[in-house]
Amino acid sequence: MSQTFTLDGLSIPFTDGETIIQAATRAGVFIPHLCYHPEFKPHGSCKLCTVKVNGRHTASCTLRAAAGMVVENNTEELNAERRALTQMLFVEGNHFCPSCEKSGHCQLQATAYHLGMMSPHYDHFFPDRPVDASHPEVLLDFNRCILCSLCVRASRDVDGKNVFALSGRGIRTQLIVNAKSGRLADTDFTVDDKAAQICPVGVILKKRRGFAVPIGERPYDRAPLSETALAETAAAGEEGV
Amino acid sequence: MNPTAPRKLKVATTSLAGCFGCHMSFLDIDERLFALLEHIEFDRSPLTDIKTVSPDCDIGIVEGGLCNAENVHVLREFRKQCKVLIAIGACAINGGLPAQRNHLPLPVILEEVYHTSPGLANGLIPNDPELPLPLNQVHPIHEVVKVDYCIPGCPPSGDAIWKVLSDLLAGREPELGHGLLHYD
Repeated sequence: MSQTFTLDGLSIPFTDGETIIQAATRAGVFIPHLCYHPEFKPHGSCKLCTVKVNGRHTASCTLRAAAGMVVENNTEELNAERRALTQMLFVEGNHFCPSCEKSGHCQLQATAYHLGMMSPHYDHFFPDRPVDASHPEVLLDFNRCILCSLCVRASRDVDGKNVFALSGRGIRTQLIVNAKSGRLADTDFTVDDKAAQICPVGVILKKRRGFAVPIGERPYDRAPLSETALAETAAAGEEGV
Repeated sequence: MNPTAPRKLKVATTSLAGCFGCHMSFLDIDERLFALLEHIEFDRSPLTDIKTVSPDCDIGIVEGGLCNAENVHVLREFRKQCKVLIAIGACAINGGLPAQRNHLPLPVILEEVYHTSPGLANGLIPNDPELPLPLNQVHPIHEVVKVDYCIPGCPPSGDAIWKVLSDLLAGREPELGHGLLHYD
């Protein structure tokens, strides 16, 4: 690894083919992200991981590192843009943290904490999105979906089931279940699927597990996202993922 | 009264479509209330039972969102009279629990609450002209007036409330770090 680029003035080594976020994470630098997951091919849709490369905005999860790149990440300008994106995600869905089982373990919430989001700023959409409680073991609460597509990728690429899909375009994009009825119970989805473990927010929830960990003792209550995310990626690396 | 002592800041508080949980949490700053009272005096607030906001109020603290016409009236009075307006708690900031009715049409809600719920005989939808009319949807307060600062949480902890107030009194930009910034 003789090649390097600079990230906020730090010299970051990388190997051929590595993306900026992969190299940064390995070097212990946190770049906020929602749709990126180290175990999956990047989707590049949430734009939270946007950095400036040689002065131009680009998603750090999709751009391969190149020698000599000058990358800005933790700047007031970029964090303000990330905060605005996060605020838009909050007002587009129904993100009512006090009643959400995922609170304290939610990547959207922890990202908002990390970015110092004090209010949603924009006008709320208050969309009407009915839940799907048809499956005996898993609840789908679409109110919280941020369209990261991690469940789509996990079900298709790991489970080989193709249970989920993103349907529609633009502001009308929504997560759907690939069944004629549209109900999760009418698919071969099981609680052991990778797709059942991957949701970064509170859409895909195992039933009858509420409050197993009390509020206040959950992962992002104990440590901020920037520390937790790096530790999780390091642990995944040691397992040879 | 010492004429050279700095004037105490006037603080008004109210609960709109809230549960007073944020006011309870405010009291959780415990003995720091004494330190706070060195610098502030309460204006309109459930703590004083004063009914109108003084025109020269310095800080207005608003709990709860907007679910009826009276909420909007009170909020506009707070914004008009207070130099700094603070939204406290989930309901003021994003509508909170009352906003969970927002996907239901208001007539359907009134019908169920007053007519078709079990145990109601000949129920009537209240129509006294003194009652404020409900809004079609519950709104966070920043959708109606400019809000200067927010203290998120359901409710925010006493420590978070103290941090914001003590930052403001010291002339600092309020900031809530990890452990104090919570939406739940």
